[in-house]
Amino acid sequence: MKLSVKDAMRCVGCQSCMFACSRRSGNAGLSNTCIGVRSTGGISRGYTVIVCRSCKNPPCANVCPTGALVPQKNGGVRLKASKCIGCGFCKEACIIDAVFWNEEQNKPVICVQCGICAEYCPYDVLELIKDEKEVSYE
Amino acid sequence: MNENDTLSRVLYIDLTKKKFWVKGRKELFEKYLGGTGVATQLLMEECPEGIDPFSPESPIIFAVGPLTGVFPLASKTCAMFKSPHTGDLGESHAGGRSAIAIRMAGYGAIVIKGASEIPVYLSIHDGKVFFKNAETLWGMKDGSIPARVIRQNEKGEGLRAIFRIGQAGENLVTYSNVITETYRHFGRLGLGAVFGSKKLKGLIVSGKRMIEVTNKKEYRKLYNDIYNIATDSPVMKKYHDIGTPVNIKTLNTLKALPIKNLQKSTSESIEPLTGEEMAKNHLARRVACAHCPVACIHLAYLREPYEDDPYFFKTTPVGYDFELIYSLGTMVGIYDPTQMLKLIDKVEEVGVDAMSMGVILAWITEMLERNKISGADIEELQIKWGDADAYIKLVDKITHPKTAFLKACAKGVDFAANKYGGKEFAMQFGKNEMPGYHTGPAGYLGFLLGARHSHLDNAGYSIDQKELLDNTLAPEKVVDKLLDEEAIRQILSSIAVCFFARGIYNLKLVSQGLKLLGFNLDENQLHEIGRQIHLNKYQFKIREGFNFDKLTIPERIYETEDPTGQITKEFIQTGLDYAQKQIN
Repeated sequence: MKLSVKDAMRCVGCQSCMFACSRRSGNAGLSNTCIGVRSTGGISRGYTVIVCRSCKNPPCANVCPTGALVPQKNGGVRLKASKCIGCGFCKEACIIDAVFWNEEQNKPVICVQCGICAEYCPYDVLELIKDEKEVSYE
Repeated sequence: MNENDTLSRVLYIDLTKKKFWVKGRKELFEKYLGGTGVATQLLMEECPEGIDPFSPESPIIFAVGPLTGVFPLASKTCAMFKSPHTGDLGESHAGGRSAIAIRMAGYGAIVIKGASEIPVYLSIHDGKVFFKNAETLWGMKDGSIPARVIRQNEKGEGLRAIFRIGQAGENLVTYSNVITETYRHFGRLGLGAVFGSKKLKGLIVSGKRMIEVTNKKEYRKLYNDIYNIATDSPVMKKYHDIGTPVNIKTLNTLKALPIKNLQKSTSESIEPLTGEEMAKNHLARRVACAHCPVACIHLAYLREPYEDDPYFFKTTPVGYDFELIYSLGTMVGIYDPTQMLKLIDKVEEVGVDAMSMGVILAWITEMLERNKISGADIEELQIKWGDADAYIKLVDKITHPKTAFLKACAKGVDFAANKYGGKEFAMQFGKNEMPGYHTGPAGYLGFLLGARHSHLDNAGYSIDQKELLDNTLAPEKVVDKLLDEEAIRQILSSIAVCFFARGIYNLKLVSQGLKLLGFNLDENQLHEIGRQIHLNKYQFKIREGFNFDKLTIPERIYETEDPTGQITKEFIQTGLDYAQKQIN
């Protein structure tokens, strides 16, 4: 399973994906989102969509001092919240800014490749590739 | 409302003392929900009676609603202030990221008072307000540049709203805008000038909170119901596909589209400006307000060659919608889309209301044709219908006025026509320039009642088209319908849902949604709150001088053919007399 940005040019900036991601907690708002949509130098220039690329050798996990971020077999990481001390090294280590932060909990929010964001994208910007063989890590 | 909901927090900012504080106003939100309802009360509390709108004591209120950040299409911020354009209630709604950002920053409303001695912009993050020096941004020609500088200097990418004014606001043009996210506006009644009078260049606000709901399962279900209607049903299709310009063709066929200052109501030349043709030849992309899947904002790419180098082009994404095509196209006789887009781009650059500016340009053109003003009054510009380049120069001259006539034009068409004549074709209602609907008497009654917020928009054009085309209705019935519809609209703008979503959010759905936020109100109770909010708005309007007897009506509306053939002095006057009794 891998989440990817199919075509950012079709993104309208509606944030439906961000709200869907945060809604996994059951509540409203944006505190829990781990997908980001921002303008590419102003809205007139379109949008950049930021999702976790589930790296094979994740820099975020490599800098975690407490082992709270556990690399997964097929790439990406899972968060063991009880081990996390909220140091923020992981956030700094991700050069595409795909480690998001829950300010209320002071902990990272990590993409689990569930694809709910893609389900709520009305413009086919995102896709979740379910068959591992089709996943390209380019 | 839910105990932990930060909606009840009102952020007060004093620009004179450079201080800020937060007050919990749970009682206010429980009584009036948010948005328009709460902003009206805050305006009543904060605005001294009879105050000059440019005085430091004159407040600016922004309010969002309980459903903001919870359900899609609840993305409007309601701004309230005393209007420097009409002298009474200033109410203006905008989307963009404004509402989501204010709600996610942990506030239900923001009250701005006082005035700064130096230009500032406000930076609102993490529960703090920073007063940033905006001296360097003041006076910049293109209003989008200050926004870029603020963007580069501040945090909160993807989560922030950036409000800013242009030169028109700095120069106190009474119909200047506050622009948010480049393409959305707190338009019409001069909020930009109130910002300017406080030396407030703009503000940035961001945040990322959780909003608790009372029942998670119910929440998911209701969310999906609303989301599915918004994305799959025909209800939002009009806004999604061609957008509001779909009305250009319809109104032109009906003979309801103002052409050249409403000298006519239809034209054979408008085909290139129809929504269909604009989409085919000019639409480049669509964008959305935050938390709205519809994406009704239509952008065209304007490609302008440089005269001195044929291999250089200025390429600008320009937003267009029905009101812009009317006011800066048909109203001024421009039928070439590229010429119209150039004029729209100029109006955006200086930061004035497009409808007001279009009506004023049209009125000036007719004043010249009738020799009621001279070339000297407009600094010897050569103006004629359809000449976008000349109008672009005129927009600059009005926003930096040097002659007495241009200074009057910077205060609106009503002010200028009172001084220079031409009132019979100065297309204003309650001192606000008309929108693009010459649909019939219900539309005009709606403008005159001032029942809706600033856009002069109202349910009247729909009554004209649905009920007055082949039949007739007593003026009293029309007024009853207008006022009844307004009660519902006050609820929508209080919770704060976009009016384009009125086909989705009926009062039953609103009641269900509010329950998840801890408000227990049935449909009848909501209707009653809506009526009360509407009366509260009139209370402020009347306190500040709104008077049915003082309304003036341009003769032109009786002369130009309309779809109903029922625009008569008698119809309008009977309707107004009846409305006055209902409201007082």
